[in-house]
Amino acid sequence: MPTLMSFLLQTAPARLVSLSTVDLLIIGIYFLMVLAIGFYLKNRTKTGEDFFLAGREMTAWVAGLSFLAANLGSLELMGWAAAAYQYGILATHWYWVGAIPAMLFLAIVMMPFYYISKTHSVPGFLKLRFGEPARAVSAISFGFMTVLMSGINMYSMALVMKVVLGWDIHFSIWVSSLTVAVYVALGGLLSAIFNEVLQFVLIWLGALLIPILGLVEAGGWDGMVARIARNFPGQDYTHLWRTMGSFTDNPMGIHWTGIVLGLGWVISFGYWTTDFLVVQRVLAAKDLRAAKLAPIIGASFKMMVPFIVILPGLLGLALLPIQLTGESQVAANGGHSYNEVLPLMLARYCGPGLLGLGITALIAGFMSGMAGNVSAFATVWTYDIYRALIRKEASDAHYVKMGRWCTILGVLVSIGTAYLVMQFLSIMDYVQALFSFFIAPLFGTVLLGMLWKRATPAGGFWGLLAGTVSSIGMWAWVRVDPGALARIALSSHAKDMAENMYRALWSWIVCVVVTVVVSLLTKPKPEKDLVGLVYGVTDVPSEAHLPLYQRPAFWAGVVAVVFVVLNVIFW
Amino acid sequence: MSEHKHFISIWFFIGMLLTVYGVLIMGAGIYNLFQPPARDIAMAHLHAGIWWGALLLVLGGFYVYHFYPKKEE
Repeated sequence: MPTLMSFLLQTAPARLVSLSTVDLLIIGIYFLMVLAIGFYLKNRTKTGEDFFLAGREMTAWVAGLSFLAANLGSLELMGWAAAAYQYGILATHWYWVGAIPAMLFLAIVMMPFYYISKTHSVPGFLKLRFGEPARAVSAISFGFMTVLMSGINMYSMALVMKVVLGWDIHFSIWVSSLTVAVYVALGGLLSAIFNEVLQFVLIWLGALLIPILGLVEAGGWDGMVARIARNFPGQDYTHLWRTMGSFTDNPMGIHWTGIVLGLGWVISFGYWTTDFLVVQRVLAAKDLRAAKLAPIIGASFKMMVPFIVILPGLLGLALLPIQLTGESQVAANGGHSYNEVLPLMLARYCGPGLLGLGITALIAGFMSGMAGNVSAFATVWTYDIYRALIRKEASDAHYVKMGRWCTILGVLVSIGTAYLVMQFLSIMDYVQALFSFFIAPLFGTVLLGMLWKRATPAGGFWGLLAGTVSSIGMWAWVRVDPGALARIALSSHAKDMAENMYRALWSWIVCVVVTVVVSLLTKPKPEKDLVGLVYGVTDVPSEAHLPLYQRPAFWAGVVAVVFVVLNVIFW
Repeated sequence: MSEHKHFISIWFFIGMLLTVYGVLIMGAGIYNLFQPPARDIAMAHLHAGIWWGALLLVLGGFYVYHFYPKKEE
């Protein structure tokens, strides 16, 4: 690898801006701070519980902010700003209907079972509920998905650095990922969570100026809407539900049933309630009430994220003097792609100092997502694959050591994945495909496992396997025969996004049907083995003695009301 | 965060970082009042660097004061 200075001095012809000394200082201080936190926490993570579950000592606020920050990776910052430019405000569905109900469901319905069972991971819960085979399928598929997601994070970060600063893409990948490897390997989940809270604050403070200054320039919300209508006549980019009645009425090419059932139900609930990347942060909470409040706090901030992600994309439609296009068109004709809208807006408004803060916010977003993937991968690999399948009897210190080493290994595998991701034209479609492969069927298995005591180990295993295989099968079917899209999405007008939604829905249905049928044909576990795992045989501590404002259910209700109001306002 | 009595709060780390950033960004904003940057920036007349830097400085100072380790113990 060439040296740091030679890269910093390198100037690519396509870069948007040059960093000043103060910008470089801000970025450098950020890297020093995250590494310092890692070194500070190294001596405070001695046991497996410390390293993999942060000692289960986090407050609701820290767990909640970390829960959300782990999700604020490249997908959130770059990808959804790009989607907002491409599809308009419809991209907000991924933040509201595609997140809030699921986060509240996790808090109120599912968290008690995760927390009371004392599991260290989601595959660990499947082991307790359905046995070793279900855990093996879940752990291996999760590990696979995690390193792929991590690779996406790296690629996106490197893309930003290339576009905005002209930095070499390989340099960006290696420096940021090795920094993450160091601080997560040193302090485990504790270090990841500490840094995620820091990164959460930086993301907001670094990104918030774009919508503020953008709205001032556009003349407020109404001015922005008027400019978009003028720039793109005949297209509706500013209504959430009004154009969802038909596949042909909106730029996403999707029907409201796909959004509500595919995204709002299967994909959203699958991701927010069973993806160990985010659930791990909540498992680190200090008690059950904190564990229930953490996703609610995360949901309240999640509702506001469109302000720093979607709004810049819409402002790009209104204010940018150039029209952005897809990656393939950029490759053929030059120009800028949708994926560059956020850095373009950043460069538009931020002078020296603020630009450094904005770039730091992007780097922080990428690193928090990457650290989330890596720390979750280390836990699942160590507890659910290595200890379960390779070395069952070893000391706690041995597993902690394994966790540190596989953190580094996970980063290296992710780096390899980042180079693979470069071959794909659309980051969004790739990630959506991954979600529907693994997450949707897993949600079916976990949900039935928690709520239906008749579900058997054989039912859980075969349902999960059938759902995953059917999802991959449908994906392959469309790749081989594009005409299959019309059958899967139930419309000849459906586009790629719709395919992802409906594939997730079908794979979830396959999982649930197979689980139910096989369970009814096989012998259930005795009820005494289901205590702490399943609704109906688990005593969930009552909160009736708490004042109203301290009850998680009350705050979940408040968030739900705000969620409904926002959807009505932007209908 | 005060999950563990031996931990320095994460909010203290955040406060330190924001304080340093506030000084740097506000300083750069004031410098640019007299020496405008070479690159054209939209809405430059609002001098966002100065007031955003001041905001970071106030936030950072609050967190440093409120979560200072000795005070917490």
